[in-house]
Amino acid sequence: MQILGLYNYWIFIVLMMCGFYVVISRGNLVKKLVGLNIFQTSVFILYISMGKIAGGTAPILTGMATIYSNPVPHVLILTAIVVGIATTALGLALVVRIHEAYGTIEEDEIHAQSEDEAL
Amino acid sequence: MLLSLLVVTALAVIRLRDLFAVVMLFGIYSLLSASLFVVLDAVDVAFTEASVGAGVATVFMLGTLALTTSREKTPGAHKPLLPLLVVLVTGAALIYGTSDIPHYGDPGNPIHQHVAPRYLEDSAEEIGIPNVVSSVLASYRGYDTLGETTVVFTAAIGVLLLIGGARRRRRSEEPPRPDREEEDA
Repeated sequence: MQILGLYNYWIFIVLMMCGFYVVISRGNLVKKLVGLNIFQTSVFILYISMGKIAGGTAPILTGMATIYSNPVPHVLILTAIVVGIATTALGLALVVRIHEAYGTIEEDEIHAQSEDEAL
Repeated sequence: MLLSLLVVTALAVIRLRDLFAVVMLFGIYSLLSASLFVVLDAVDVAFTEASVGAGVATVFMLGTLALTTSREKTPGAHKPLLPLLVVLVTGAALIYGTSDIPHYGDPGNPIHQHVAPRYLEDSAEEIGIPNVVSSVLASYRGYDTLGETTVVFTAAIGVLLLIGGARRRRRSEEPPRPDREEEDA
């Protein structure tokens, strides 16, 4: 238990960095959004890991269990998931509009086109 | 075990160029994280993640792919070295930061000391429903949920303005063609 005490947090960092890498290194806009979602889910895992108590059960009061995991992070993450899907939907709508306007969803091609227009 | 599967899926998302496969893997990733939430006692979060993350988000992304293109261009000018360096440095700093974090699953952690015990002890009397997550969500922190609804409403308006408005504008610019009208209907 002592050795594995931080394992969840390390995996959270690895996942978060995977998402971060996709966001900053890939030019494709849909892939960037997938990376952003991976980043976001890793934060959910961090919060839910914090709320877990060893030997506890889900925080539903049945009268049979004595240890319950912490319900507060669960509530926060429920809100975060719904807000996350809202921002993802907005981002995807922007991608569709960009594709209508420029005919591509690759970042460098969009930059090239807008530079051509500026000249 | 689940955590390792999550990492494998995330790495596959980085490697793959076919966006359809990337979106499908993202759905699998969401479902895996939902299973992880069940293991971590967060059942409400798990079914929200399974329906919203694995279901709705995947459908939205597939819809976007259908409207745009499903193939990622192979990178030419992009150099992966600088982003990799940034990611590694940030990751190392975060891992260094975890050395101060209280250990996973310990009931003496500071997070379990302050608000949560009150909810667990008093919510059954004060609100009257056994599911503590629901009573916190709908009653103690009801304003959060109201704000969340506002965000979703704003996002829905934004999406409709971005996509619905463009379609109407294009229709008024172009001369009406019978086959086009049929497609949209």
